[in-house]
Amino acid sequence: MKISENWLREWVNPNLTSDELVEQLTMLGLEVDDTLPAAGNFTNVVVAQIVSIEKHSDADKLNICQVDAGTGENLQIVCGAPNARKGLITALAMIGAVLPGDFKIKKSKLRGADSNGMLCSNVELGLSDDHSGILELPNDAPVGADIRDYLELNDTIIDIDLTPNRADCFCAKGIAIDVACLNKMSATMPATDTVETTTDDCIEVILSAKEQSPRYLCRVINNIDNSKQTPIWMQEKLRRSGIRSIHPVVDVTNYVMLELGQPMHGFDKASINGAIEVKMANNGDTFTLLDGKEAKLDENYLMIADEQNYLAIAGVMGGLDSGCNEGTKNIVLESAYFNPATIMGKSRDLGIFTESALRFERGVDAYLQEQAMQRATQLILDVCGGEVGPITEAKSEECIPQAQVITLTEDKLKRVLGFAVDKQQVTSILEGLHMQVEEGDDNWKVIAPTSRFDMDIEEDLIEEVVRLIGYDKMPSQNLFGDSVIMQLPEAIITTNYIKNQLTTLGYSEAINYSFVSQKQLETLNVSQGSIALKNPLTEEFAIMRTSLLPGMLETVKYNLRRQNESVKLFESGNVFHKDERVVEDEKLIGICTGKRHLEHWSLEKDNVDFFDIKGDLENLLAGTKTSYSFVKSSLDYLHPGQQAEVILDGKTIGWIGQVHPVTCRKIGIKKPVYAFELFINSIQHTKLPAFTDVSKFPSVRRDLAMIVDDKVSYQQIKNIAVQEASDLLKNIFVFDEYKGDSIGVGKRSLAIGIVLQQTNSTFEDKVVDKLMAKVVSSLKVNLGVEIRGQ
Amino acid sequence: MENLNQIVAQGKKEIQEATDIRVLEDIRVTYLGKKGTITAQLKLLGTLPGDQRREAGVEINKAKGQLQQQIQARREILQKLEMDKKLNAESIDVTLPGRSLPIANLHPVTRTMNRIVELFSGLGFEVKTGPEIEDDYHNFEALNFPTHHPARTMHDTFWFDDGHLLRTHTSPVQIRAMKHMKPPIKIIAPGRVYRSDSDQTHTPMFHQVEGLVVGETITFASLKGVLNQFVNAFFEKDLKIRLRPSYFPFTEPSAEVDVEWQKDDGTTGWLEVLGCGMVHPNVLRAGGIDPEKYTGFAFGLGVERFAMLRYGVKDLRQFFENDLAFLKQFK
Repeated sequence: MKISENWLREWVNPNLTSDELVEQLTMLGLEVDDTLPAAGNFTNVVVAQIVSIEKHSDADKLNICQVDAGTGENLQIVCGAPNARKGLITALAMIGAVLPGDFKIKKSKLRGADSNGMLCSNVELGLSDDHSGILELPNDAPVGADIRDYLELNDTIIDIDLTPNRADCFCAKGIAIDVACLNKMSATMPATDTVETTTDDCIEVILSAKEQSPRYLCRVINNIDNSKQTPIWMQEKLRRSGIRSIHPVVDVTNYVMLELGQPMHGFDKASINGAIEVKMANNGDTFTLLDGKEAKLDENYLMIADEQNYLAIAGVMGGLDSGCNEGTKNIVLESAYFNPATIMGKSRDLGIFTESALRFERGVDAYLQEQAMQRATQLILDVCGGEVGPITEAKSEECIPQAQVITLTEDKLKRVLGFAVDKQQVTSILEGLHMQVEEGDDNWKVIAPTSRFDMDIEEDLIEEVVRLIGYDKMPSQNLFGDSVIMQLPEAIITTNYIKNQLTTLGYSEAINYSFVSQKQLETLNVSQGSIALKNPLTEEFAIMRTSLLPGMLETVKYNLRRQNESVKLFESGNVFHKDERVVEDEKLIGICTGKRHLEHWSLEKDNVDFFDIKGDLENLLAGTKTSYSFVKSSLDYLHPGQQAEVILDGKTIGWIGQVHPVTCRKIGIKKPVYAFELFINSIQHTKLPAFTDVSKFPSVRRDLAMIVDDKVSYQQIKNIAVQEASDLLKNIFVFDEYKGDSIGVGKRSLAIGIVLQQTNSTFEDKVVDKLMAKVVSSLKVNLGVEIRGQ
Repeated sequence: MENLNQIVAQGKKEIQEATDIRVLEDIRVTYLGKKGTITAQLKLLGTLPGDQRREAGVEINKAKGQLQQQIQARREILQKLEMDKKLNAESIDVTLPGRSLPIANLHPVTRTMNRIVELFSGLGFEVKTGPEIEDDYHNFEALNFPTHHPARTMHDTFWFDDGHLLRTHTSPVQIRAMKHMKPPIKIIAPGRVYRSDSDQTHTPMFHQVEGLVVGETITFASLKGVLNQFVNAFFEKDLKIRLRPSYFPFTEPSAEVDVEWQKDDGTTGWLEVLGCGMVHPNVLRAGGIDPEKYTGFAFGLGVERFAMLRYGVKDLRQFFENDLAFLKQFK
């Protein structure tokens, strides 16, 4: 439902800014989808009249117009609009005018003819999308007046997205009542006085479908002046509600619909033969609609018919042959109540949308018809004159919905809302919504307006009360007493999650005793700062562990002796040492030995090595979304050539490596054993995913084969690639490593794949070549790398 | 005895010069083996007169012990050298990438849904599910959408020939739960829902989480309280929320919930994130619950909406394109 702000303020004008008014509507449940200016942004456009017109000698479609813009002398304007004609009052953008889109009007020549401005269409002024011709203003429009003032264009169109229950707000009146109630004001209603009849002419109505059409009113108005135009104020209100001006009679019926909510129809009386009958269609009938489409009917369609033909599909659309047109002299106005269920779905089935069907589907006030008829009659008289006949009303009282008394109790109100509302406030809210209220000791007996199809039960009234109090003013309560919802930091990785990852990677969880023997610690040379129990059970369980490794090595040995060829285990737990005070750290250890895979016909039978456990650890580190690296280290209990410090975000968090073969031998393990140990909390902090758009452009892969000194690590090579290619580097990996006599002692060959991608375009070869050259040059200079094949 | 001293001196020299464990072993055999020089000396003891025998025996054993000790010491050195050599040969570039199958991650919708479920589980909500191919009764009728109700047109429904439909919301689970439970009821129902709508902001399938609480003291104000807590906990921010009157056939009063959200341009605005309300008495009745004794509230939220806000996804349709470059960003 679109409504002009100015129009709404004619009904009720609270002391609010436009934004505040819009906010109020939304908080009333009349959600404002959008607000639009009533016209585009333009200046210097005036009301002007075409005084004379002649064909352009050099262009078929152009006319040369002499235009009176109230400046004292006629302006020559070249115009191509089909409706440009002598005497037409329209809109002229003067020299110096600026139209929407910053379109400046300058003096110009069109095919040799001077043009001192531009006659404007609705589209050019941002009024509507009608570009069929230039504006047609009424004959009484004041020439020379600024068009913004004349059309009162400094207005806002409020577009309300109505929920299905608020059929009553498909008109200005319904919206105004809500706004008035909220602001404790009253809305000004339009006059709907009874119009005096001036002719006896009337049409008989036969109500054959009583249930579907419980009330049908019609009235004849003869001898209307069909040369009259719809007044501009009405045209503008219609336009701002999204309805085109078509014909004064049609415009008036549409206007009354927007004003009061009653869809009406105007028939050309000349097309009606005899009495009007409201009846159901026969299966297989067809009917030509106003828009020329042929509708296939069945017995579910409610029809308006005369003694020979169908005139309209009730509540949906009129027929091609029975509508008002320019030549119409005598009209029949219809104002009816149709049952919503009868109209429901018909316009969708027919593939046509009409404002009328929309309203009848949702529900039109069953007691509004006469009021609307009086209002429309008066407006038609005001515009076109005519002789008014008496209203013919056909109705079926028993089929008309009756207003029900709904009882709201204080107890229920409080039980549903959770807080007490002042009795007087409840009464005044309900009365403000035009309800009849009888206040009892602890209840209210309420009769809602018949336009409020959504008022049925107590809860409906409760919603009205809290809606007008304001949902935002409602207190908020804790359902669970003092207990509140737990905090669940999403950027923390839980210990369990890490453990589950390890189990998925094939590591079984072990739980070793927290105490070990002195000998175990000494074997690994990790006894420093250890804390001894005063009363150990045995020597074996005498000292609190300082590392998870000693206990885990015992477990590995045990399992190897139990005929397990391969062992993969992890444990998380505390380690202890005494510094100045006792320190407990929670650590995580992973350990593996044996075959890489279970014995399987399709899999290699290799043993695990350093890079297997490193890959597993990298999986955990990747979860932190923080940069990490491995730096060669020199711990006593690890293989001197196969160990590293694990560094995350610049801090050492643990170690990884092969347990020293001598140590293993001392313990009684002959196979190479690989392990890592780290502070578990250092890998529990991560970042929330922050989505960045996926590049749609192809990536480019380039490979580099190089010979490097053994002392140069892959990390150094990678660092240089990252530094040189920065954001463009999508991936880097090693796909071959080789050592051998052909390369020389102390050297190795590495083959590295580099994947590059741009986010906003495809890479050109030239650019890639240049980038790679930069990488290569930096590798040579900084690391003395020799690139093969170059 | 000079002979013995010479033997020991020679042995020590040979031991010190040994560079290989096998050579050392040969030396051991040469001196201490069955036919070794020292062993031979011991064998000669028997030929000596009784009084010299004892003295010579002590001397020879002393020499034997010296050589044994020297051999052992040398062996350890050689073993260590050998080990060092071996370890040195085994030295690797520890910075080379590890070998693994990278651990992948859950779909952002699942991740979001899990988070929502976990938060409500903490408040004692039980998870309930229902079928996706539903009947008209559970999807509409029991939820107070009579036939021809205009609100039905808000749900563009997929139908099957036999009159069944794809559920348009998770609300049917409310009915199923109420029929099988006795108040107090506290449930959430996560799942897929379907609407025949497909454009930039609609996909024909999406996810909702439904919540239902029924009891003797359940109020609209407590609904506001729960949702406020939930929204703040989910986003881990102190966000302003507002309830705004709206309409759903199955709740009365009904509300939409907006959160105040900072937009990309830095300004704030209200964003609709869920719908809720007090369970309509007709719905309680359909669930076999006496509306005179009990009240309830219900809410339904769009999971994709929450995921988009949480993780900065702009285009709804990306959720179901399953582009790995998209999916992998939700680790």
